[in-house]
Amino acid sequence: MDKLLNEFSVGLFIWQTLLFLALLFLLRKFAWGPILSAVNEREEGIKNALAEAEKARQEMLNIKSDNDKVLKEARAERDALLKEAREMKETMISDAKEEAQVQANKMIEQAKTAIANEKSAAITDMKNEMGNLSVSIAEKVVKGELSDKNKQLQLIEQLLNEVTLN
Amino acid sequence: MYRKLLNFLSIFIFIFSLNSFAQDHGHDTHKKEENNHKVEQHTNSHNKELTLKEQIKEDIRHHLLDSHDFHIWQNISFPLPIILWDNGLHIFSSSKFHHGESVAESKGSYYAISHGNGHIYKTDASGAIHLNEKGFEANEKPLDLSITKSVAMIMITGLLLLLLFGGLAKSYAKNGGIGKGPGRLLEPIVLYIRDEIAIPNIGKKYYKKYMNYLLTVFFFIWFVNLFGLTPLGVNITGNIAITFSLAILTYLITTFTAKKDYWKHIFWMPGVPVPMKIILAPIELLGTFIKPFALMIRLYANMKAGHVVLMSIIGLMFLFKSWIGSPLSFGLAFGLSILELLVAALQAYIFTVLSALYFGSAAEEHADH
Repeated sequence: MDKLLNEFSVGLFIWQTLLFLALLFLLRKFAWGPILSAVNEREEGIKNALAEAEKARQEMLNIKSDNDKVLKEARAERDALLKEAREMKETMISDAKEEAQVQANKMIEQAKTAIANEKSAAITDMKNEMGNLSVSIAEKVVKGELSDKNKQLQLIEQLLNEVTLN
Repeated sequence: MYRKLLNFLSIFIFIFSLNSFAQDHGHDTHKKEENNHKVEQHTNSHNKELTLKEQIKEDIRHHLLDSHDFHIWQNISFPLPIILWDNGLHIFSSSKFHHGESVAESKGSYYAISHGNGHIYKTDASGAIHLNEKGFEANEKPLDLSITKSVAMIMITGLLLLLLFGGLAKSYAKNGGIGKGPGRLLEPIVLYIRDEIAIPNIGKKYYKKYMNYLLTVFFFIWFVNLFGLTPLGVNITGNIAITFSLAILTYLITTFTAKKDYWKHIFWMPGVPVPMKIILAPIELLGTFIKPFALMIRLYANMKAGHVVLMSIIGLMFLFKSWIGSPLSFGLAFGLSILELLVAALQAYIFTVLSALYFGSAAEEHADH
C-alpha cells in the first residue's frame, strides 16, 4: 500500500482525468451521438422494412387467395356454361330429331296419300283410257266386222253365244 | 459455453497474477537495496556492474513505471516536455535529465528523477535524493504536470479514438446509414456494448445517458491495453493513477445519477427489520466505496501482472542461454502474449460491465420487495 502511494503520480492522475473527460465530451459530440442515432435509425428502418415486407406478403397472400377464388368461380362458371351448352345441344338435337321424325312421317304420309291419289287418278285415267281404247278398238273391230254382212252375223252369233254362256 | 470459457480464463489469469505478485514482492526488497546503493553513488551512477539477472529485473521495474522520456529502442528515445508547478511554472525538456542520470536546473531550483518511482523531486545542486526509514523518497515533491510517456500515449490513443469513431460517425451520413472505413470494424462492438452490456444492466429506459461513458471507457481501456502489448511498452492501465481516475469517474457518475431508490436501499433497506436496517446502512455505504475501489485494483493489478509475467518470461530467454530453455520461454512468451491480447479486451469488458452494473443500481426503480 505504501509502495502504491509512493508510486501514485498526482500529475498523471490530473492529466488522465482531464484528457479522459475531454475525450468523453469530444467523442460524445463527434462520435457516439451520431453513431448511436445512425444505428438506431438504421435499426428502425430495418424494423419498418421488415414490417412492410410482412404486410406486403400478407397482402400478396390475400390477393392470391382472391385470385384463386375468382379463378375457381370462373372455372365453375365455365363448367356450368359448358354443361348447359351440352344439355342444350342434346335437347336441340333430340328436338330436331323428333321434329324431323314428325316432319318425315308427315311427309311420308302426304307422299302416301299423294301416291294413293295419283294412283287412283292414274287408275281412273287408265280406266277411262282403256274404256276409250276398248271403245275405239271395238268401234274399229265393229266397223271392220260390220263392213261384211256375214261377218256381222257371225259376230252377233258369237256374242249371243257368249252371253248365253255367261 | 462462452461464460465457462471466461470463468476458466479469469481463474487462469488470477493464478498468473498471484505468481506475478509474488515475483513483484521479490523485486521490492531487491529494489530497496538497489536504491540505497544508487543514491549513494548517484553522481556517477550506472548499472554497468549489474549482472544480467539484475539488469532484467531493473528493466522490468523501469518498464512498469511511467517515464519522462519516450524510449523506443535501446539508445533511441526522444525527450518529452517537463511541466512542474513549484512556486511558479517550470517548463523544460526532459533531455535536461539525461534519462534521469543528471540534475536539471530551472529558475534556480534543482530537480532530479528518483530511480525508485520515476518521479521528479526537488533536490540540491548535487541531485541527492534522500530516503526515509521506509525506503521512500523524503525530498520535497513539486506538482509534476509533465507530458510523460503515459500522458503522450493517452493523447495518441484519444486522437486515434476520435479519428476512428469520428470517421465512422461521418460515414453514416455520407453512405446512407451504413458505416464505412476502419471504424466500421468496431461498430459491432459498439452495438455489443449497447445491447449486451448497457441495456441488460441498466434497463431500456435509462441506458442512453450512460452510453457515452461506457463506450468511451471500454474503447479507451482496450486501446491503451493493446498499446501496452506493442514494443512501445507503455504500461498505462497498469498505473494506479490511471485506474484511480477511471474508478472515481464511475463512482461520481453512479453517485450523481442515483435515484431515490438507490439511497433508500443504502440507508434504509426496505423489507428487513429495523435493527437490520441500522446494521446494513454503514455496510451498504461502505459498499459504494468498495465497488469502485475493486474496479481500480482489478484493472491495475491485472495489467501490471500481465506485464510483469510477460517481461519476466522474455527475460528468461536471455537468462537461459541454452538451446532448450530459450525457445521454450520464447514459446511461452508467445502464448502469453496471445493470452494478454485477450486479457486486454477482457479487462476493458469487465470494467465496462461492472460500471454498467453500478449505474444500473443507481438508475433502477424498484417496484417493491
